[in-house]
Amino acid sequence: MPEWNKPLPSIVGETRPYWDSCRRGELVIQRCASCHQYQFYPRGICANCWSNDIKWVKASGKGTVWTYTVTYQNRTHGFAQDVPYVLALVELEEGVKMFTNIVECNPRDVKIGLPVEVTFVPANNQVSVPYFKPSA
Amino acid sequence: MVDLRHAAAIVGIHEHVTRYAPDKSELQIQGESVIKALEDAGLTKPDVEGLFTASSSIRNSGLNLADYLNLYPRYVDNTTVGGGSFEFHLSHALTAIAAGRINCAVITYSSLARSGGVSVGTGGVGRYGHPRLDPSPDSFEEIYGLTTVGLYAMIAQRHMHLFGTTSEQLAEVAVATRKHASMNPEALFRSPITVADVVNARVISSPLHLLDCCVITDGGGAVVVASPEVARNCRQTPVWVLGAGEAVAHQGAGQRDLIYIAAKQSHQPAFAMAGVTHQDIDLAMVYDSFTITVVETLEDLGFCGKGEGGQFVSGGRIQIGGELPINTDGGGLSSNHPGMRGIFLLLEATRQLRHQFEGTPRQVPNCRLALCHGTGGALGSRHSGGTVILGRD
Repeated sequence: MPEWNKPLPSIVGETRPYWDSCRRGELVIQRCASCHQYQFYPRGICANCWSNDIKWVKASGKGTVWTYTVTYQNRTHGFAQDVPYVLALVELEEGVKMFTNIVECNPRDVKIGLPVEVTFVPANNQVSVPYFKPSA
Repeated sequence: MVDLRHAAAIVGIHEHVTRYAPDKSELQIQGESVIKALEDAGLTKPDVEGLFTASSSIRNSGLNLADYLNLYPRYVDNTTVGGGSFEFHLSHALTAIAAGRINCAVITYSSLARSGGVSVGTGGVGRYGHPRLDPSPDSFEEIYGLTTVGLYAMIAQRHMHLFGTTSEQLAEVAVATRKHASMNPEALFRSPITVADVVNARVISSPLHLLDCCVITDGGGAVVVASPEVARNCRQTPVWVLGAGEAVAHQGAGQRDLIYIAAKQSHQPAFAMAGVTHQDIDLAMVYDSFTITVVETLEDLGFCGKGEGGQFVSGGRIQIGGELPINTDGGGLSSNHPGMRGIFLLLEATRQLRHQFEGTPRQVPNCRLALCHGTGGALGSRHSGGTVILGRD
């Protein structure tokens, strides 16, 4: 595995199930058992009703591009060499939005509303990063 | 609500005019600014009871500034919510003065973003190495290569998609502020530009071009705020803090539509406190980190309908002589932007309300009411919005 040159997530208890699932190639999000609201990013509490009765649920892994930008300049190591790349907010079928990159396509083919699906890239033995690519 | 409309006034200001100061410290720029602002007011060191400051580079900035100035303030506020922090400071100073806790406060800021080589907009999280990310939200964001420009560009892209806003309309903001900068001898860039210049400049993060982005400079300034009793004996026409509103906006756990920004929440309390309407505002000082920031802010402040901002900023409406002149010093897009710019909105609004440019093209005719709106953070992820309404008798 080539050395990962981008920043890596820091993982703690409230977010560990998310990253563990990513490593297995599965996207999970949280749903409150009390108010039934989905949320992203993962938290130890429900951001809506403040209950701590949070359930992890498997997301479909499908969504659409809510918005995006083609980045031509970023001085951060690991991204400076990667331009142009697509930074996006994807709205999952479950209704929550998450930051990601749109990969495996030409940046100029990305549009708002584009159907996308999750794909995982291993960064190291502990972490796989969820990206999105145009749906087949 | 208690009527606070004549409870506190801006009585002294100073803008440190440097745009490049590699041989100064940030504390020195603040110190020089505070001294000059007090001189402007006709006040002296013992009058300063409250100290308000924010910084993204000075550790414990309130504490270190008090030390540098050898001040012992009895009211300290270090609220740091990005570039708009200083509108929050003025709002808080108004409350502290109205409550009788203090009679006089200084608000100050400085930064050496330019001489320090800080890539404010496109630096990302680490130019030379990656810092350890916070578990959240950073670990769900920075792994994807966010930049400040990118987080505004994403909202610009969405705005174009929903409302048909064009790059040419965004460019109108840059053209108007450059025209104003041409009248400001201290502005970094003063040569007029055209819409074509903006849309033909290289793309930094689509759809935003180089000239859609603010400049990076050094600089700083200070504002002195005082009670009516103190203001009465000051040298300058008092500029009353008539209304203030504060808000934050964020992803709402993945549920919020961030095409609506914090200005949507902060403007109503400010207008209600001041008891004025949009039609009464003679000048709007709107934080212009990027051209899209101005379009979004004018919409969500209520100066036009949602989605109409691109049209609104066109045709000279936001230039001096237009229906709603904005950023008459040249703004962050052309005059200066040392990391955080909110304090400069207060400085220019005060200069205009004092009629300091009377007899020159830079003066907004008969300027009696000004609105300042500071945005801090990033439109696409989380940000603050502070609205203040200022007026002269």
